[in-house]
Order: sequence, then structure tokens, then C-alpha cells
Amino acid sequence: MFLNSIALSPERIQRLQEIASTSIGPLIEGAIKFTIPLAIITFIIGLIIAIFTALARISSSKILRGIARVYVSIIRGTPLLVQLFIIFYGLPTIGVVIDPFPSAVIGFSLNVGAYASEIIRAAILSIPKGQWEAAYSIGMNYSQALRKIVLPQAARVSVPPLSNSFIGLVKDTSLAATILVAETFRRAQEIASMNYEFLFVYTMAALVYWVICFILSIIQGRIEGRLDRFVGKSGGLS
Amino acid sequence: MISIQGLRKSFGSMEVIKNVDLDIEQGKVVVIIGPSGSGKSTLLRCLNVLETPNGGIISIDDQQLDFNKSVSKKAIGAFRQLTGMVFQGYNLFPHLTAMGNVTEGLTTVKGQSKKEAEKTAGQLLAKVGLADHKEKYPYQLSGGQEQRVAIARALAMDPKVMLFDEPTSALDPELVNEVLRVMKDLAHEGMTMAVVTHEMRFAQEVADEVIFIDGGVIVERGAPADIFNNPQHERTKKFLSLLQ
Repeated sequence: MFLNSIALSPERIQRLQEIASTSIGPLIEGAIKFTIPLAIITFIIGLIIAIFTALARISSSKILRGIARVYVSIIRGTPLLVQLFIIFYGLPTIGVVIDPFPSAVIGFSLNVGAYASEIIRAAILSIPKGQWEAAYSIGMNYSQALRKIVLPQAARVSVPPLSNSFIGLVKDTSLAATILVAETFRRAQEIASMNYEFLFVYTMAALVYWVICFILSIIQGRIEGRLDRFVGKSGGLS
Repeated sequence: MISIQGLRKSFGSMEVIKNVDLDIEQGKVVVIIGPSGSGKSTLLRCLNVLETPNGGIISIDDQQLDFNKSVSKKAIGAFRQLTGMVFQGYNLFPHLTAMGNVTEGLTTVKGQSKKEAEKTAGQLLAKVGLADHKEKYPYQLSGGQEQRVAIARALAMDPKVMLFDEPTSALDPELVNEVLRVMKDLAHEGMTMAVVTHEMRFAQEVADEVIFIDGGVIVERGAPADIFNNPQHERTKKFLSLLQ
């Protein structure tokens, strides 16, 4: 009986082919119009937040350190889905109405900012103190030493974990479906609710995400290769 | 050239430099020796304010920092440019080539054009015998070559004084001489130098004065021949006997 239900008759195969050809367009459109831009925009904003948060966390100012800690603690300590609901469904009750896409950008950026700040903080702290001292000894000030000497080296250390974050972010953007952003997964929900081919349509959506992430991991490898040029292929042990 | 008065530095409750006075005249090479933990490296690091002294006055050339008062970051930055520092562990910037290491300060701090900076850097790298290694990254260089790049990097900023903090201690024995040779050349050119080192032969050959530090105070100072052949102080005798 169970087997019957997955046995594919010629008519069923034809029907699935039709669904595939009519729904792949909207799914890819959702990816190109929303999933990918959302991921890229929020990652860039998130990284900027993350760099400043990381710098605040290692600064000598107690107030800055405190603010950064509270921010990271709140974002990491609450579910992303809840944060999105607060922004999109919660804020309007106090008169702050934000459209779905900007809501998603705010929610995801704050999220990336908190998580990536820990990566960047760790990367900055992993750069030996002697690098700062050498930079100071040739007359650089803090911001010059940071920009020219420390951050370029920290960037190399943080590329693998940041790539991880970015790939995670691409998949997390599917949560934007819940706040009405017409991205890949929301398209899939809409299509499946009409034809009831849940397994098939959601699998297609999954494939779209997988292809994006696969391409990203190739790009990650390229970036790492470029940044590795100053330590050699053996990781600096040559 | 350099004048230090009443310099004090503590780490927590540990007093590492206790009221040190020291003058170094222009063009002189002073070698600072002493047991580990004696404060000799700290003294050197106070000179370019990598360690902030707890008290005392340091003058180099016509600039002065008075650590008995509060000192601004800007003043420290300007003061640092009077000195060039060479570290035990080289501390080259690993993401930059030999050329990049030397030009970085010129472009970023002195605001020179890349072309201008590369001209200066090329001359300095040639001077330390690395004309053929300009485009190499630090990981592609030997320790001795790295340290010579580090010397070129410090010289690029046109310092009044060069500070060497155990420049050969991390090197394999066969690489020590190539670094010492560069330092000797500098000394002969009339560079004012303060060198913390265990290379007693270098001290004997090049130093105008040897200073023995122990327990954060200058125990004894004098011409190399006097210090090495005829030390007056018990602690100096003991330290030198341990080096034999």
C-alpha cells in the first residue's frame, strides 16, 4: 500500500515534469531576487557591525565593551525566528512598521553582526602582539596598525569561519518566508500549497539552496588560496 | 642624543627598572648586557615607549617625554619615529613582501608615494644585502634574511637612534654573523645605537660603552675592555664568568 503511493505511473511522471518546468522559474527567481541579495546585503552590513563590535569588545573602554557584550549576548541568546517576528510582527504594535525585505535585512544583519564579531575578535586576538609592536615601532598609530597590519592578517584567519557563517546565512534566509519575503522557500510553499506535491517541490527548493551553497564553497576555496599566498602552501612551515 | 633621567617601570608590584639614569651621545654604540629578567629589554622598550614608564624623563634629539606627567598618544607617536626598533623575533609583517615591509611605514606613516617609497626601500634592501630578495615573503626567507629586512624596515623611517633587542638570539649560529655585519656597518656609518645582546665579541669590537644591568639598576658601565677584562663589581664578575 505504502509502496503503491510512491510508485510512479507514466501520468504521474508527466505531471511532475510539468510541475518541475513551471516551478523552477519562480524558485530561481526567488533565489535571484531575494535569497541571494538578502544574503549578500545582510552579510556586508553584518560584517561592518561585526568589525566594530569586535573592536569594541577588545577596546579599553568599559562602556564600549559592555554595550558590545550585551548586544552579542542578546542576539546569540535568542532565536533568529523570534527576532524576525519581533521586528516584523511586534514593532508595528508600537507604531514601527517595516516592510518584509527591510525587516529581514535588519534581523539577519544584527544576527550576522553578533556571530561574526566573535570570529573577528578571535582572529584579531590570534595575531601576535609583536605585529602590533612592530607597527607601532615604525610610527603607526592604533588605526593604521589595525588597518594595514592586523586586519589583513586577521582576514586570512577568519575566512574559513566567515564562509561558514555566510553559507549558514544563505540557508537561514529561508526563515524570511515567515515574514512574507517572497524568497525561494516561500515560493516553494506557495507552489506546493496549490499542487500538494510537497516532497517534490520542497526537494526542488532544497536543490536550489544546495547549488548556491556549492558555488559559494568553491568561491571560498579561491579566496583562501589567494590569501594563503603569504604563508605558502605548507601553511608557513616551509 | 639620548638622555634618560630617573626612569622607573613596574609590572604590577614588580619593579623592573629602578630609577635609571643614562646618556648616550650621538654616534655612540652602547651595548646593554645583563642576566635574564634584569630589565635590559624593558629599558630598551621604554625608549620607544612600547612599555610606558611609570616615571622619569626621556629625551631624544630635541624631543622630550616626561612620564612624571601624563603623556599624550600623539606625543608618543611622534617620539617613536625618532627610534628604529629591531626585535628578537623579527616581527616582520607576514602578509607583505620584503619590499612591502620596508615601504609600509614610508607610505602609511610618512605619506610618501609608492614609487618614492620603493626607491628608498630598494636602496636599503641592497644595503642589507637583500637586493635579490625584494619580492619574497618573510616565510621564504631565512631568519638572518628576515632580521636584515627588519633592520631595513626600521632604517627606512630615518631614525635618530637604532634600538636592537637581542637581534641575534633567535638565529641559528651560522646566520648570526650576517646580521652582526649589517649592524657593524651601521655603527661605522655613525648611527647611534643601543643594543641588548649576548654577543660579547660584537660588544668588544663595536661598542663604545658597555652597560651591565641587574635587578633594574645599572650596576656598572665603561669601555668594553674595562668591563670585560677588569670588572669592578661582584655581580658583573659573576655574570661574565657564567658566559665563559
